[in-house]
Amino acid sequence: MSEASDDRRAAGPRGLNPPPSAEPVLVVEGLRKHFVSRKGFPRARTVTVRAVEDISFRIHAGEAFGLVGESGCGKSTAARALLRLIEPDAGRVTWKGEDVLAARGAALKALRRRMQIVFQDPYSSLDPRQTIGAALVEPMRVHALAEGAEARRRAGALLEEVGLPPAALDRFPHEFSGGQRQRIGIARALTVEPELIVADEPVSALDVSVQAQVLLLLQELRRRRGLAFLFVSHDLSVVRWFCDRVAVMYLGRIVEEGPAGRVLADPLHPYAQMLRDASPVPDPSRRGILPRIIGEIPSASNPPPGCPFHPRCPQAMAVCAREVPRWTEAPGTSQGGVACHLHG
Amino acid sequence: MSEIILAAPPPAWKRALAKARSNPTTAAGALICLIIIVSAVFAPWLAPYDPTEQDIMNRLQAPGGEFLLGTDQFGRDILSRLMWGGRISLTVSLGAIAAAMVIGGVIGMVSGYIGGRFDLFVMQVMDVLLSFPSLILGLIVVALLGPELVNLVVAIALTAIAPFARVARAPTMALKERAFVEAGRALGFSHVRILFGHILPNILSEVMVMGTLWLATAVRVEASLSFIGLGVKPPTPTWGGMTRDGFENILDAPWLAVFPGIAILLLVLGLNMVGDGLRDATDPKLRNE
Repeated sequence: MSEASDDRRAAGPRGLNPPPSAEPVLVVEGLRKHFVSRKGFPRARTVTVRAVEDISFRIHAGEAFGLVGESGCGKSTAARALLRLIEPDAGRVTWKGEDVLAARGAALKALRRRMQIVFQDPYSSLDPRQTIGAALVEPMRVHALAEGAEARRRAGALLEEVGLPPAALDRFPHEFSGGQRQRIGIARALTVEPELIVADEPVSALDVSVQAQVLLLLQELRRRRGLAFLFVSHDLSVVRWFCDRVAVMYLGRIVEEGPAGRVLADPLHPYAQMLRDASPVPDPSRRGILPRIIGEIPSASNPPPGCPFHPRCPQAMAVCAREVPRWTEAPGTSQGGVACHLHG
Repeated sequence: MSEIILAAPPPAWKRALAKARSNPTTAAGALICLIIIVSAVFAPWLAPYDPTEQDIMNRLQAPGGEFLLGTDQFGRDILSRLMWGGRISLTVSLGAIAAAMVIGGVIGMVSGYIGGRFDLFVMQVMDVLLSFPSLILGLIVVALLGPELVNLVVAIALTAIAPFARVARAPTMALKERAFVEAGRALGFSHVRILFGHILPNILSEVMVMGTLWLATAVRVEASLSFIGLGVKPPTPTWGGMTRDGFENILDAPWLAVFPGIAILLLVLGLNMVGDGLRDATDPKLRNE
């Protein structure tokens, strides 16, 4: 145990599983989700919010994949759409070759066991009228994994695994702090023994000191259980620390993807560069560099033509307003890629 | 591992009950209701006389003396008739409200959970039901089906379905957006499980409070229907019917109409006091959680 924690301090979770298995477990291709609503009076107009326009990525077993971007860029929608918590409009999602979007009934239920989610808000993610024990035992019963005393024993073991005393089984959610509730939410996700956890801003609602504890817990679980993660966050320093690979989203599209080290330190896309520069770095020598992001993120109901980023891009060219940039491989082997006319 | 078992905290309804008990108004209301319920339930043993037995020798006796609350024009004991009449009032109201609570609650929950056009349609149907005053709707139904006890229950239940649907729908719509519902879906729970296992326990207290308050309305509607002759048929005593009969002799024997009126008043008042107390006790804004 102590050896493991030394190792962790030295290397961080990145690089713990350096060669990911060749076959990805989760493949997302061309995922799209538009929200259509009718607004206005007396004549209603149809407003289409293009939350997720077209995103593709793959996650390998045991890999931590980060999805970063400003609020409103569609990263949470993408995470929910691939879990079928909202139905995507187009695209393909496969789990180990099995079509997630076409799955129904028992097949969908079996897939749900493989992929779990941890939510941002620990206060709304637990049923206030259910004891912690009941909340942990229920998924086991639904999936026929354990019953009665055995289920309760497992629930207690899960609580210990996430750092809570088994006595918490008989308590209600309101008796716990935000960080403790987040641990309970993580334990609940683990009840069905998933292989992938979608963590939707899992620490954003927590105090900084508690953030670190929960991140360490997630990392520990990742090591011990070989879990893969889709880690959705707007906090680059958290993603840099936790993830192997990162995709940067802007207005429903992935603009750059690659190893976390390269994308966050040495991005190719002008937007990713801005994000990097706007993210605080604990290094006094870099104090002089000011964030360069100009303007607001455009509305997803009225996205600009061509490259979605061109109105804010300091290096925009004429072509950027006309054509959506193609996906271009980054130089070097498996360094990911970028969607930008500068690198086309 | 399993030896560490702490005492579970008291469930929400127990805390609410403790809080309601500490409120003197609620306690008084509960006492009134309890007295009426006990005297109605145990009327066959507690009532001093047979409620339908006529005694011409003792007709129109004033209150006091041998007949505590006097006798009517057929010499029947008013107190005994009140106790028996309470059985009708309580049976009809409890039956109607229980039915309305279950049917209306499920309609509201399912409608709010599904949402969209379905919800719009269901709620418009409920609005149509709601646009009839309870008494008018009850009158129509009883006039169509005939004045039987079961029909009274059906009539009053019909008038109360829409309010229960509304009261169940609003919190359901708020709850279904909470992450724990999404977590349940991600864990593979069925919609039925989410609806009845997770949403229902969270809206139950609101529906129960509404039920207590609507019991009072049901008592009133039943009395009104009996008063205009659409209640359970004589000679079975009902409070509304007794009030109406008393009207014929209101100048000679005012107690005939006054005592059943007071009985109705007390029961409605008691139920409202209990309902208000329960509402305050379960109000999340007043509950220190």
